[in-house]
Amino acid sequence: MSVQADTARRRIEELLRTNEEQIIGRWAKIAKASSEELSELYRALLASLDEGKNDLADIRGLLADLSRSRARAGFAPSDTARAVFGLKEVVFELAESDADWAEAAGGLVWFSRLIDDLGLYTFETYTDAREKIILDQAEQLLELSTPVVKMWDGIVAVPLIGTLDSARTQVVMEKLLQTLVDTGAEHAIIDITGVPAVDTQVAQHLLKTVVAARLMGAECVISGIRPQIAHTIVTLGVEFGDIVTKASLADALAHTFRRAGIEVGRARQAHVSIRAENA
Amino acid sequence: MQRVPVLKLGDVLIVSIQIDLEDQSVLALQEDLADAVVDHGARGVIIDITAVEIVDSFIGRMLATIAGMCRMLDAQTVVVGMRPAVAITLVELGLSLGGVRTALNLEKGVALLDHIRSATP
Repeated sequence: MSVQADTARRRIEELLRTNEEQIIGRWAKIAKASSEELSELYRALLASLDEGKNDLADIRGLLADLSRSRARAGFAPSDTARAVFGLKEVVFELAESDADWAEAAGGLVWFSRLIDDLGLYTFETYTDAREKIILDQAEQLLELSTPVVKMWDGIVAVPLIGTLDSARTQVVMEKLLQTLVDTGAEHAIIDITGVPAVDTQVAQHLLKTVVAARLMGAECVISGIRPQIAHTIVTLGVEFGDIVTKASLADALAHTFRRAGIEVGRARQAHVSIRAENA
Repeated sequence: MQRVPVLKLGDVLIVSIQIDLEDQSVLALQEDLADAVVDHGARGVIIDITAVEIVDSFIGRMLATIAGMCRMLDAQTVVVGMRPAVAITLVELGLSLGGVRTALNLEKGVALLDHIRSATP
């Protein structure tokens, strides 16, 4: 840093230090924020300048907290950044009225860059926090959306809801196969009633899951194929081969019962007659 | 080279693979098994791969080859105890092992063989 720039910078630092009260008051007005919050920030800024080695760790930590609390309070990230940038305006006004305007002007560029950095940092914190929330939610969604339910002794079902992509199908496949191992179930039903659309890729994923289950020694039925989906699959020319497909989960369950040799019948006394007796 | 033992139980042969398979041991197993099927007049072969954690296309083909060979010798082959990860790998490799029967575990494999035999006297 040249000697001239150094003195200019010192001049600004001196300005900041001597007019602390005035600056915070004006800043709070421009930024529309509480002066306690800002004075804390201001003091951290002064402290980091004091040490002279540009150690911004403290003030960054404070800014991160501020950004987070303001985001939670419903402020847009640009509002927070604008609040930080407000300090520039205050210092510019102050430097203009200063006797040594020429000397201070050189330091203003340095100061402006410093404040820009800090303002952008609040933005970064905001996006980081957002990103984390989105990631967490995506993970939760993945876990929530793939339950394997036991239908009967030796029969499990996977009700799929939502669009299938490679990542989800992988999770579904692993979960289903692991359940087959854990429970020793020999029959599985994949229900796609909740899948809005089936393209070649989704069909491919389904086929892979069925074949993998077969390799492990379990039979797999696909159910819940709506008329439009049947139409699409045939139009696309996807071959399901010898894989059993059924229109509804009930049909699939009935088929599986037959295959497993389970007989289910109506009780002799029907529901209606029991109700009539009770009345 | 480690050899995989072939065990006889009634007229069923049981092969339990407990080692990391090398190509040489796979080839030896195919020969041993074919010999054993003929020697004992076995009607069924069960290959237990519960302990197999890693498969490649060679092992996948080995299973299909053994099944085909045993069918020629009038013995049914059942592969039992495949792990989920192994099943997924085989599917991704494009091997669906058509013609090979599978069961979740040894017990169910034996039951399956019994069932097949009672259906085709």
